[in-house]
Amino acid sequence: MLLRTRGISINIEEPVVGRITRNAGYTGDNSILICENGLPSSRIEKFACVLTNQESTDWQGDHPVVFKVPSFEHLNEGDLVVVSQDGNIKTLYRINSFHNTLLATERCNSNCLMCSQPPRDRNDTHRLYGIYEKMIPMIPKDCFELMISGGEPTLMGELFFQLLQLIKDQLPETEVHVLTNGRSFAWNNLAEKLSDLEYNRLMLGIPVYADYYQMHDYIVQAKDAFNQTILGIHNLARYDQRIEIRVVLHQQSIPRLTRLSRYIYKNMPFVEHITFMGLEYIGYTPYNIDKLWIDPHDYMDELGEAVEFLSGQGMNVSIYNSQLCVLPEALWKYAKKSISDWKQSYLPECERCNKLSDCGGLFTWNLKKHSEHIRPFA
Amino acid sequence: MAEADVITKNRKFKELGFYDNQENNVYFLLPMRFARLNQEKEVLVNEVGDHLVVREGTFQKIVQRELNKEDDPDLFGDLVANHFISESRIPPLIDVLATRYRTKKAFLNNFTMLHIFVMSLRCEHTCHYCQVSRVTQDKDKFDMSRDHIDKGIDMMLQSPSPHVTMEFQGGEALLAFDNIKYAVERVHLLAGLRNKSVTFVICTNLALVNEEILLYCKEHEILISSSLDGPAFIHNSNRTRPGRNSYELAIKGIELSKRILGPSRVSALMTTTNLSLDYPIEIVEEYYKQGFRNMFLRPISPYGFAVRNERKNKYETDRFLEFYKKALGRILEYNLAGEFFTEDYATIILRKMLTPFPVGYVDLNSPTGCITNVIAFNYDGSIFASDESRMLAEMKDFTFQLGHLDTHSYEEVFYSKRALEIVSTGINESLPGCSDCAFQPYCGADPIQNHATQGDMYGYRPTSSFCQKNMEIIRYLIELMDKDKAIAKIFESWVKSRS
Ligand code: SF4
Ligand code: SF4
Repeated sequence: MLLRTRGISINIEEPVVGRITRNAGYTGDNSILICENGLPSSRIEKFACVLTNQESTDWQGDHPVVFKVPSFEHLNEGDLVVVSQDGNIKTLYRINSFHNTLLATERCNSNCLMCSQPPRDRNDTHRLYGIYEKMIPMIPKDCFELMISGGEPTLMGELFFQLLQLIKDQLPETEVHVLTNGRSFAWNNLAEKLSDLEYNRLMLGIPVYADYYQMHDYIVQAKDAFNQTILGIHNLARYDQRIEIRVVLHQQSIPRLTRLSRYIYKNMPFVEHITFMGLEYIGYTPYNIDKLWIDPHDYMDELGEAVEFLSGQGMNVSIYNSQLCVLPEALWKYAKKSISDWKQSYLPECERCNKLSDCGGLFTWNLKKHSEHIRPFA
Repeated sequence: MAEADVITKNRKFKELGFYDNQENNVYFLLPMRFARLNQEKEVLVNEVGDHLVVREGTFQKIVQRELNKEDDPDLFGDLVANHFISESRIPPLIDVLATRYRTKKAFLNNFTMLHIFVMSLRCEHTCHYCQVSRVTQDKDKFDMSRDHIDKGIDMMLQSPSPHVTMEFQGGEALLAFDNIKYAVERVHLLAGLRNKSVTFVICTNLALVNEEILLYCKEHEILISSSLDGPAFIHNSNRTRPGRNSYELAIKGIELSKRILGPSRVSALMTTTNLSLDYPIEIVEEYYKQGFRNMFLRPISPYGFAVRNERKNKYETDRFLEFYKKALGRILEYNLAGEFFTEDYATIILRKMLTPFPVGYVDLNSPTGCITNVIAFNYDGSIFASDESRMLAEMKDFTFQLGHLDTHSYEEVFYSKRALEIVSTGINESLPGCSDCAFQPYCGADPIQNHATQGDMYGYRPTSSFCQKNMEIIRYLIELMDKDKAIAKIFESWVKSRS
């Protein structure tokens, strides 16, 4: 799935955020018109920007246009995009998807061995916030769920709280899922500040990879991260914030996995959801693969014990990014089809599998690296 | 350009050792205790009741600072993760530990919950172990008066707890059923004004139960707590009544109660007697046969006897423990065969051991559950620190009488010098023997039993049957879990909170 394309921009002085339409008669605000057969002769000024596959050759107007865009196939009526000065057209929100994510910042205070979106140390928060400030009011009010990820979203500082407030005001019916390492909330005033938003549709997904600080700190490549995260969770719970714990399964997290499940139950029984997630073969993972890889087939005992213990104590547990044929049947009830539509793929042999429609499949990038035990059900 | 350099440097991956925060192999001890489990193993228990079974000698190694991360990385990690040791003088997660401690002791937050009303001392049974009941028609003398019922309800509704339990006891409570109705209706009238929710329980041998009574219970959501001591030959021999049909009446009563109220609203208590001790299996099977999927293996009550001799105490406790293990073994067999069938005493202890939640059970609380968790209003209006203490009073020992409904106010009862004295002796954290016992977080303190069996409220642990019993049961439960993963799993399923 394509989320970005690029053409030759003319007259774009600042990023244009708008709603895609192919209807030249459309009259809504902030619309971005796609015309595949030459520019319309009139009404062009009604649109915030126009995108076309044509050459710019002799065009003389003073309106924002992007020429020579190679493909529009991935853009649907109503999608929200941002068009930048350099002609980049980036999809921000897809109208037909349940999996829309705002990237809050690319900065991060951790550097996880298996990060799927490696952080970058540049100050992007104001630029990104400027885009979201325009975009959020355009999101349909019936949007079911929005994900906020990073980098580490709380590094936006004050803007993080402003962003949440904006979403809460504009999209009161939308569930908001923030992926954060939770370290910032070790400072109680930030946890308190979050609770001041009184945002009950907000859930924080926080990773914990071990019950022992040294292992967790190693996995996230940051000193003191474990203690900060656990204190953060503890502070958030003090204010009744909704918390999900996310555990990525790999060679480093498996040896203490069953202990981790007990640690969670004993020290954080208040969390609303715990999810165990298969490794994504993207970002840093291919680089660190020797340290991370273990065939999922080989960790099913540990995973089963951890999941069944927590679930047995009445906690809400899921398994993400796993394939039914690799999971023992007893664990199927925890498996969620969690992979976002645009990242999801199947192997050729899956086509003859009669569980295809129940199975979450693989991350597209995991087609290169997956369990040796994928066997279609006959 | 310069910035790009910094980035690549910062983002370079480091090895596990880099994240070690320990300096010079130093570590600090957090509060913990240990006990020997058997020849090979010992158990470490921390301040919030997490336990770790380790090889014999480990505790010594830990305190003598002979433990190190390189040789024993897993154990070292376990100890740090589970709040046994810390690499810094003040552990970074001390707030988490503090919250957990507060949570564990949260059963104290609401103060007294259980209010026992002895509605009548009269009974149509003449059980030989029962020291209190009377076979008589004299209601005036042996039933609680309405005036005392009113005063008891007033006192109950002054409890700080938003939720209280009103338990009707006897003698045989149902002999005073009209007064029970009177009490229930009065509570309905008053509880709302005080913002209290009230659970009602009638303790009864069920001999007198009938459909009319049960329909009333259903209408008013009253729970039935009955008695079943085992198969007929045990039950009838324990519970004597004209016609020798106590068992038949109990079974009929249990069936009828379950039918009308639903099985979850009817429970049965077992009283262990000398005779029962020979029949652990039969008793468990009887409970199973009657459709119960939990039972409470209660020790022989030490009340009703004067201070007894030590040898006899020990002998009886040994016999009880043997009985307990056999019965528990039979219950576990049902579980291993796929049934869900729990033993309540083990479940209480296991909850303290395996869950992070508070567990309030009168006989295993510290501070003691008497007064802080339970209070008893006797048939004549006198007020006692617990159910057992009114039994002592029947033997003319009034040590635990806190006052009288006619003369004492709530404050005068609960904040009296006597109450303070009883509760402060009932804190096992500070009792000799208990203060350094590994099982302290799982156990409790019982000043009343100490007084009854050993002559003073503090008690003397080496000969205390309360201690002997709990120490062995707790040790045994840990050993079972350690030896057999299947049993550990069963126990974990018992402690799950079922709401
Ligand atoms: S064969 Fe493919 S579709 Fe079938 S269960 Fe395995 S991964 Fe899923
Ligand atoms: S009574 Fe015995 S088992 Fe219980 S805490 Fe005291 S010493 Fe330990």
